[in-house]
Amino acid sequence: MTDYRMNILVCGGTGCRSSEGATLYDELVSLLADKGLEKEIQVVSTGCFGFCEKGPVVKILPDNTFYVQVQAADAREIIEEHIIKGRKVEHLLYTAPETGKKVSDSKHMDFYKKQVRIALRNCGFINPENIDEYVAREGYAAMAKCLGEMTPEQVIKEIKKAGLRGRGGAGFPTGTKWELTRKSEADQKYVVCNADEGDPGAFMDRSILEGDPHSVIEAMSICGYCIGADKGLVYIRAEYPLAIKRLKIALEQARNYGLLGENVLDTGFNFDIELRYGAGAFVCGEETALIHSMEGKRGEPTFKPPFPAEKGYLGKPTNVNNVETYANIPPIINKGSKWFSGIGTEKSKGTKVFALAGKINNVGLIEVPMGTTLREVIYDIGGGIKGGKEFKAVQTGGPSGGCLTKNFLDTPIDYESLTEAGSMMGSGGMIVMDEDDCMVSIAKFYLEFTLDESCGKCNPCRIGNKRLWEILDKISKGNGTKEDLNRLKLLSNVVKDASLCGLGQTSPNPILSTMDNFWDEYLAHVEDKRCPAGQCKAMMQYVIDPNKCTGCTLCSRICPVAAIEGERKKPHEIDPEKCIKCGACMEKCKFEAISVA
Amino acid sequence: MEITRDLKNHKVQLSENAIALVKKICRRFNYQEGELINILHAVQSQFGYLPAEIQELIAKELDISVAKVYGVVTFYSFFTMKPKGKYPISLCMGTACYVRGAENILNEIKRQLNIDEGETTPDGLFSLSSLRCVGACGLAPVLLVGEKVYGRVAQADVRKIISEYKAGCLTHPTKE
Repeated sequence: MTDYRMNILVCGGTGCRSSEGATLYDELVSLLADKGLEKEIQVVSTGCFGFCEKGPVVKILPDNTFYVQVQAADAREIIEEHIIKGRKVEHLLYTAPETGKKVSDSKHMDFYKKQVRIALRNCGFINPENIDEYVAREGYAAMAKCLGEMTPEQVIKEIKKAGLRGRGGAGFPTGTKWELTRKSEADQKYVVCNADEGDPGAFMDRSILEGDPHSVIEAMSICGYCIGADKGLVYIRAEYPLAIKRLKIALEQARNYGLLGENVLDTGFNFDIELRYGAGAFVCGEETALIHSMEGKRGEPTFKPPFPAEKGYLGKPTNVNNVETYANIPPIINKGSKWFSGIGTEKSKGTKVFALAGKINNVGLIEVPMGTTLREVIYDIGGGIKGGKEFKAVQTGGPSGGCLTKNFLDTPIDYESLTEAGSMMGSGGMIVMDEDDCMVSIAKFYLEFTLDESCGKCNPCRIGNKRLWEILDKISKGNGTKEDLNRLKLLSNVVKDASLCGLGQTSPNPILSTMDNFWDEYLAHVEDKRCPAGQCKAMMQYVIDPNKCTGCTLCSRICPVAAIEGERKKPHEIDPEKCIKCGACMEKCKFEAISVA
Repeated sequence: MEITRDLKNHKVQLSENAIALVKKICRRFNYQEGELINILHAVQSQFGYLPAEIQELIAKELDISVAKVYGVVTFYSFFTMKPKGKYPISLCMGTACYVRGAENILNEIKRQLNIDEGETTPDGLFSLSSLRCVGACGLAPVLLVGEKVYGRVAQADVRKIISEYKAGCLTHPTKE
């Protein structure tokens, strides 16, 4: 990177590429070539910057200018104004919502101010398809240090001292896991990376693999050295084509540099990594299910013990960690356990990556120190609720977690506090909901997911979740009774207690936490047959306010089932018999004449 | 490609080329039972789906029971036994898309195409499925046609997107 006078970093994460980031990249490259600047200025396609809300994002180095929502058509202006004349393109700069002023570099944006990036340290800085850029940022230095200067025991001790805990959700101490696998005696052991990110609304692991694949390769090698394994496997979702492509490139480059394969760095250590593809089954995030899936079988979990550390892949001791956990390893070795354990809270050290999404102004990928409060994440980093609406709940932990209300906004984010509050850390999905979201529908949404994804092996999960879903469906259609609420609670606890694996043991959490925190809303559904958020269709009716309707006919034209009638310039009416409650009319009405009753 | 479908009897006739291709894939993975998922990935990427006849062939090649192959195919949502449409439509039903109205979009597509999830239109043009999070949550709700991503889709956009594909102007992206 240093060979160039300037670098134009274009976000190459899935979010930005989907909104035409790829065409933008091509456009910048060809324009630079036209001007004969390709030897002076480099265009780099990086991993995710995190600020997905305003993608595609472009950053210019060395002056750190941060451009948002850049279209391919803006490429010419960036080159001619900024690169050639040195003038910033004002209209592409980010506008701070509270001051209305333009902010020219990311360091002064609220979105980035409170973030501390350890796992995401290289995402958005380096070209993930070029190993040299990773090496230039202390890449493979940790591996060299471990292989050259430290014994496996010393490395494990360092990780334990750092206090790193599994970032996949359960929070098991990583160093202890490595130690257990090291102590299991066998002729063959395996290092596995769990990249089967299945939470709906979570994209942390994918972003790390897309933006910094070498950090995971390096950490897996270190793990191999520690536990005595010469083979690593990455279990990755087949739905992540870009991550797979970049991982493959990274593996090839590492082999060519002698950082993978036989006799790594002339130390006599052998280690190589293969990919295994998931095929879309959420339960495969559970480590025993994941191992069965890697063996080519149905991904059904088995009872623990034996833990994978004793009997895992092909019956051999196997260490399974998730992507984000691995990404934390190289900085711990490089900077020391003391530095790492200085960040975070007493029991939860370091940082956590979250995929912040839902009804929030700044959707994106963030990394904050453990102990940061939900309020700081939602209001300072996330920029508050979209459209100035009222905050209602934040969901963490995906289908295994719960919904927390505004009473919990000052809860510090760490494993224990979130569990105590009735949710969980989970892998890092964080979905914000506003006043328009119905909590019964949200619980039903998660149950529908669990129902789809339950592997069917144990009865409590297979049948119990089905019955739970049916009760919720009944309530959301206005047919529920108070007795149903009791049954819902009772059965939830049975499913939790009796299921075999983590999926069933946590699947009722969305129900229990919404019942705890939004009991009145459940009551309104069963007693008054009313959905306070106006989301349960069976209980609502669209009406046109004759005083506000101007008779513009737009709604009757947009209605897909011709349920709206009325003369031009006269108030229209909706036929409730025909109306399918799709809400298209309300969305389009310019006079706010249509409402839900 | 080399599959003839007899719709009346729901039977599939594999051409010799198709059989040779499946056999070649099994050989490439050394007929290892542990490679079953990788084999299924490779075969599905060639044919677009995994009809029963292909599963029988794979079982025979690997010397395992058909039930085992079928068990794996039906366990994972990525594998399908029905051919997809020329333009497979997938709607993201991740939580972020859900809270931004994906369900309404899904219903609108169902209505427009008159098919349910997992089905293909009789003319073979469109198939519909929902998927869990493509990771473009900033663009929620997200709809995919093949690999083309449509972000911030409103209910009124659905008809427009579908008719574009029907009319054949496939390269024209919709934008706000």
